[in-house]
Amino acid sequence: MNNEHYRNVNENPCHMCMPMGGILPFKGIEKSMVIIHGSQGCSTYMRRHIAEHFNEPIDVASSSLNEKGTIYGGEKNLKQGLDNLIKLYNPGLIGVLTTCLAETIGEDIDRIATSYLAERGLENYPLITVPTPGYGGSHSEGYWLAVRRIIAALARKTASHSKINIIVPNISPADIREIKRILRLMQVDYTLCPDFSDTLDRPYARPYKKIPDGGTRIDDIKNIAGAPATIQMGLTADDAFSPGKYLENEFGVPLYNIPIPMGIEGTDKFIGVLKELTGNPFPAELEMERGRLLDCMIDSHKYNFQGRSVIFGEPELVYAIARTCMENGIFPVLAATGSKAAKLHGLLLPLLASSPEQAEILLEADFTGIRERCRELKPNIAIGHSDGKFLTEREGIPLVRMGFPIHDQVGGQRLLSVGYAGTTMFLDRVTNTLLEQKHKNYRASMYEKYYARPAI
Amino acid sequence: MEAVKLAEPAVEERKDFIRTKGKQKQQLKCDADSVAGCVSQRACVYCGARVVLNPVTDAIHLVHGPIGCSSYTWDIRGSLSSGSDLYRYSFSTDLGERDVIFGGEKKLALAIDELVQKYPAKLVFVYSTCIVGVIGDDLEAVCKAAARKHKIEVIPVQSSGFIGNKSAGYRAACDALLRLIRSPDGELPSKTRSINYLGDFNLAGEVWIIKNYLKEMGIDINVAFTGDSSYKALKNATRASLNIIQCAGSMYYLAQKLEELYGIPYMNISFLGLEDTASSLRRIAEAFNDPEAGRRAEELITRESALVRDQIHWYRQRLEGKKAAIYVGGGFKAISLIKQFREIGIDVVMIGTQTGRPEEYDAITDLVDEGTVILDDANPSELEKFMVEKGAHLLVGGVKERPLAYKLGMAFIDHNHNRKHPLSGYAGAVNFAAEVYSTLCSPVWNYI
Repeated sequence: MNNEHYRNVNENPCHMCMPMGGILPFKGIEKSMVIIHGSQGCSTYMRRHIAEHFNEPIDVASSSLNEKGTIYGGEKNLKQGLDNLIKLYNPGLIGVLTTCLAETIGEDIDRIATSYLAERGLENYPLITVPTPGYGGSHSEGYWLAVRRIIAALARKTASHSKINIIVPNISPADIREIKRILRLMQVDYTLCPDFSDTLDRPYARPYKKIPDGGTRIDDIKNIAGAPATIQMGLTADDAFSPGKYLENEFGVPLYNIPIPMGIEGTDKFIGVLKELTGNPFPAELEMERGRLLDCMIDSHKYNFQGRSVIFGEPELVYAIARTCMENGIFPVLAATGSKAAKLHGLLLPLLASSPEQAEILLEADFTGIRERCRELKPNIAIGHSDGKFLTEREGIPLVRMGFPIHDQVGGQRLLSVGYAGTTMFLDRVTNTLLEQKHKNYRASMYEKYYARPAI
Repeated sequence: MEAVKLAEPAVEERKDFIRTKGKQKQQLKCDADSVAGCVSQRACVYCGARVVLNPVTDAIHLVHGPIGCSSYTWDIRGSLSSGSDLYRYSFSTDLGERDVIFGGEKKLALAIDELVQKYPAKLVFVYSTCIVGVIGDDLEAVCKAAARKHKIEVIPVQSSGFIGNKSAGYRAACDALLRLIRSPDGELPSKTRSINYLGDFNLAGEVWIIKNYLKEMGIDINVAFTGDSSYKALKNATRASLNIIQCAGSMYYLAQKLEELYGIPYMNISFLGLEDTASSLRRIAEAFNDPEAGRRAEELITRESALVRDQIHWYRQRLEGKKAAIYVGGGFKAISLIKQFREIGIDVVMIGTQTGRPEEYDAITDLVDEGTVILDDANPSELEKFMVEKGAHLLVGGVKERPLAYKLGMAFIDHNHNRKHPLSGYAGAVNFAAEVYSTLCSPVWNYI
């Protein structure tokens, strides 16, 4: 198995930059807006990327740093930007993310933020800074750090209550809705953060609202430290970025760090923790769904056993998909992420050790590297986001789209893959892709093998 | 006549960037820095440079900087190639914290070494990003050394994001192209009866459509800037006896320079819409002072117009009276769209661009009706406000604008670089009408 390596050139990136990941959690907080402190292009590129995935308007402001701001400091730009942002959007919370440029010229955004609030007489306004230089990590780290900073900025010592904290990674709005449905079925009181299930997948409705309804309530986050426990689907998050770790260290909230509830084991684990924490029974409806998933797994097991998978994307998702593939005999031959993801490596090693296939792990991967390994390892199915499209185009490996970004197909925001019901849908997508390949090729390949060019 | 209401933005600093035709005489403010915090739809210098250069098919496009800039621009555009497809790869030096502290020059040099070895190419474009300027990497020196070492052209593109807006990126790209064209020994290839076609990026094969038209007229395209272009063809750019410019926003500067340095005259043309296509073909024949080319052009125009006339008429009958809003990158595209909409019976009620120039806004103002809102470097709030106020039925724009239109229950036309259908020439005019029809007359609107 491979490990990370220093590389001079990245060929076709498999990851994005830190502020990109930082935007997403803010989109899951009620009435919030984001301003990116840097040159105009950063915010526009990220907006474009996010808008294309979710098919939603993504408004993100920029301090539009120009040459003067870069030389003399961007404080004036950022303050003017905040003024205009408030005038146009009247948000209830603002996230300030930095960029390569702002960090390299040494902008002290905490000081600027404090002085801005004092000057405008807004001392209690939630203006939350997140240092996200593009060179500081991938979008995955940006995501976790933003969640952590949001919680750190708002959480305070508060009376104990019964709402369990649920912290989710970058999964689809449909996945978040499914997790909420499971929580309802389990009769669990919860605060889910960040909740972009409605804000980044909003129903068509008039009149149009610049800031969509939904998102985690700010008041709920303020009280997050009084929770009986935190369930975080973030095994791969570095401790320094982990929101759950923060709550545990600062406020003593017990942390249950679990994988994304995908597959039988992953979902059982989530339900198990909920049962343990609440004492509530396993509802009949979920029991039925679990049974249906098992039924689906049995129905498809022989087809799935033909699958040799290459899995790539954000560390947390790669781990969850790898687990689900392992449960179903779609044995991974390659698991890759563009992030550093030291923890992912440690998680995958024992998981893949039980595989009959030799599996490789690529950290800090790029797509040229992934393709090169694929040529040797010969997977017949790829699972990951749209940037893996060359695997299909150039290597002939069909791609089941999953994760972020999905910009060459519609519906990334509606892809449901978690819980028993979601896993069933995920598996059907994978199995049907394998079947489609089979149907497409088997007549010709049998003809070729046994009729046209028989070996004996 | 209905009283014309004055278009007012919510933010004072934006006031001069917005005009209502017929009410305000002063010049619209444009080509200025974006106002912070207003959620401008503009990208950056790097974006402008990458848009222009990326279609060069057999070049290594290496982005010197942290990963994002390269990640967000990897194969997102629909430029087609008849040869190499190296341009569909996105290379990055993927600068990390250590590189930012200690400098990225060494890494860049090694990156070029590796790439050149792996992907035989005669040309490398090295794009500078925001922090490269700030950490003081000497891009020129690294590129020069690499060029000498590998005996190929390694051209730095000065596209640090903060040094201006997208237009500055166009200019940086043109400067890079000029360096490529410049002959080291001062000798120039001899002129041929051919033209350079500037400002077409061969989206969905648009350059090929025009190439076929001109071929029929007996005129060759020497090289297109930059759709489906190659190192070799670009190197011989000075062979052409005329430059025609489609996207003037990105290419006007290059045309001027090519005239100044190599004596190649230029003219603006447009192959968007029936009227512009016909008049452009005629003007090109005239420029060559060639009656035979003129005769063939007329033949082509008569034949192709006849082929599409009934279709366009059919669409026009169904679209007449609808109102359009336009928000696109450059002024050329905006002007062409006004005319294209007119050909299918649609009036423009709001129009803006990210990077339009003063003379382009003058042309826009001349073309549109009284009361039309004209705006530069708009943001979602303004687009929403004016589209709703003016009762637009559809918006033309890019990827970021599309969901806004849809959320407003409005039809939408994709006029961006990742579209998969050509809008140029006669085929393009039909495609355009068909797209407008498909979005305005879809049954889905019956349910909202």
